[in-house]
Formats: sequence, C-alpha cells, structure tokens
Amino acid sequence: MSQKEINLLEDFEQKIKDDVKIEPKNWMPEKYRKTHIRQISQHAHSEIVGMLPEGNWVSRAPTLRRKVALLAKVQDEAGHGLYLYSAAETLGITRDELFEQLHSGKAKYSSIFNYPTVTWADIGAIGWLVDGAAIINQVMLTNTSYGPYARAMVRICKEESFHQRQGYEIMMTLCNGTEEQKEMAQDALNRWWWPSMMMFGPTDAESTHTAQSMEWKLKRKTNDELRQMFVDQTKPQADLIGLTIPDKDLKWNEERGKHDFGEIDWEEFWQVVKGHGPCNKERIAARVKAYDEGKWVRDAAMAYAEKQAQKEAATQPISKTA
Amino acid sequence: MKNWPLWEVFIRSKNGLEHRHCGSLHAADANMALENARDVYTRRMEGVSIWVVESKHVVASNPENSGELFEPAKDKVYRHPTFYDLPDEIKHM
Repeated sequence: MSQKEINLLEDFEQKIKDDVKIEPKNWMPEKYRKTHIRQISQHAHSEIVGMLPEGNWVSRAPTLRRKVALLAKVQDEAGHGLYLYSAAETLGITRDELFEQLHSGKAKYSSIFNYPTVTWADIGAIGWLVDGAAIINQVMLTNTSYGPYARAMVRICKEESFHQRQGYEIMMTLCNGTEEQKEMAQDALNRWWWPSMMMFGPTDAESTHTAQSMEWKLKRKTNDELRQMFVDQTKPQADLIGLTIPDKDLKWNEERGKHDFGEIDWEEFWQVVKGHGPCNKERIAARVKAYDEGKWVRDAAMAYAEKQAQKEAATQPISKTA
Repeated sequence: MKNWPLWEVFIRSKNGLEHRHCGSLHAADANMALENARDVYTRRMEGVSIWVVESKHVVASNPENSGELFEPAKDKVYRHPTFYDLPDEIKHM
C-alpha cells in the first residue's frame, strides 16, 4: 500500500468511527464497495421479487378496500426496489448488470419469497410477519454508514409501516370471523413463522459477513439480536388475536427479560438459499418473462426519445447565439 | 439497444420551500422522467413541483479537493455574529 492509500484508508476509518456517512465520491476500500453492492442489490432484488407472491392475490382480494391496499403495497415495493437500485448504482454498477445478476441467479434475494401464497390469509401473514421482520432490519439500516443506502432506508421505513398494519388487520379480521377463517389464519401463521425467522440470516456464530459488516457500521445489530427483537415483538401480537406461534419451545424467560425460542431448521434454510425452495424457479421465470416481454417497450421509448431530440435539434433557431 | 439514461430528481414539498434532491431514476426522455418521478417519489403527496435533470449534466466537486475548497472558511470566525463583543445590557442584536 502506498502512503497515499494508507492516508485514504485512515481517513475512511476515521469517518466510520465518527459516524460521518460515506458518500459515493468518497474514497472507500474496494471490499466495502463490493459488499455494499452485494447487500444493496440483494435488498433491491428482494423488493422486486417480493411483488410476485402478493401480485398473485391482487385480482382475488376479497373486498375493494383490501384490493386497493394490496395494490398500493405492491406499488410501494416496486418503488423501494427502484430507490435501492439507484443507491447500488452510485457504487459504479449499472442497472443492466444488476438485472443480469438477478436473472442469471448470480445474485440472491430474500428466500422468503420462494414460498407460495396459497390462501388469502397468506397475504395477511406476509404483511404482519415478513414486513414486520423486514422493518426491524430496515430501521437498523437507516443508520448504516453508506449515505445513499441510509437515505433510501429512511424513505422505505416511512412507507412500510402501513404494510405491516394492513397485514395484521387481515389476520385480525380472519380471527374474528368463522371457525374456518380463523383456521385459515392459523394455517398461514404455521407456514410463514419459520421462514420469517430465517429472514434474519444464519446465527451469529455461522454468519460469515457479520463481523465485517458490524465493523463498517453497515449493520448495527447482529442477526441474532434482530431475530430476538422480532420474537419479542410478535408473540404478544399473536396472543392478542388468539393465534398460536408454531414453536413449542417459545416461552418467556424471566431472567433474560426476553423470549426463548426453538431451533430453526437450518437445513431447510440452506436448501431454499441454494435454489431448492418451493418457488425459486417460478419466481425467476416470472421475472425474466416480464423483463423480456418489456424489451420492445423499452426500445421503442428510447427510439422515440432519440427521434424527438433530433427533430428538436433540426428546428432549433440558429440565430440564438449570433 | 441503448439503455435509458439516469436522471436526478428534485422535489418541492410545498410552496415556500426549495426543491430538494430526493433520488434518481432511469427514463428515456425528460417527459418520462417527470412521469416516473411522480410515481416513484410522490406517492404520498410529498411534492407540489418536480425538477428532473439528466445526471450527466451535474458537475460535482471532488472530495479530494475538499481541503482547499472548504477549509479557508474555517479561520474566518469574524463572519459569524458571535465573534463580536457587546455590552451585557444589549440582549438582542
């Protein structure tokens, strides 16, 4: 390392230490850049793929009120994906490269979206649990060290709280309904609980990125700390509407002032991460199909813009500067 | 086919306030950039006016020159009101 690089690195580390945000044009270690591209794009892809399981229910929402809410939520997710892609692009990767990584399977997205939405209650469970878990993670990230990522998170968090509330309201309504409706809500909780717990990633002992991410203040809390917050937050919410979290080991620990909970099936987690979940292929196929079928529209828009620009240039009065 | 260029988006949240940078997006031309900015950045009445500027037209200072650009202001404390001594009797000036 040259003296100049040593100075730059020291300056970077001082910024991190003093909680001064890193901005796109600031010098940063290559590994910091790469890690952020990976994480921010993974987050963006999750928003985009996350639209698919919910989109499945837009046309079948039980009332108009539910339908407009779900549409607005799905539209927000498109927006969140766009904020995050823009943040990733500030690190010197193009939108096309990002899409290519998603479509080829090189980039990951949150595994939770590889589970199917088989009943209407799943829309409730996703809003309540999946968005609930995502918010815990995202609130932490509003304080992350990379400026554009932190700003995107502030905006996203402001918009997300309605997502969780609409989900919980769906669950609550089902629980106040007929016996069958309540069963449907319980069944959705049973299927979505453990995948939601897995959203926080491997345990701290197993996580390969946590130590470095904490040091860079990319993350402010570990996977296990966030997971604990999720359990402590969700258990009373389940009790309140008379649902049972499918974990026989879940109980209040007086000494810790937190809930104890059962072991996660990590074998299932890794299977889904590796592409063997119930819907991995279906999700990527739907995404690639939409992208490919939209190509002619993108091309036509560009051709139109170029033609308009040429026309404008041709009719421009030449005398302006004379 | 060429990719849609990148645009920077500025929003005035209400009359009386300045337009502030809020993010960026891709669009084929200025009109589409405005339309997309409306959908992406003002879904909850965040704005009453939008500016879009193609990103390539933004000229930015280089952080490496921050020292010579901004530090000279540091030793000019006489540009601040607190630099000047006033008798205690004068509460507001």
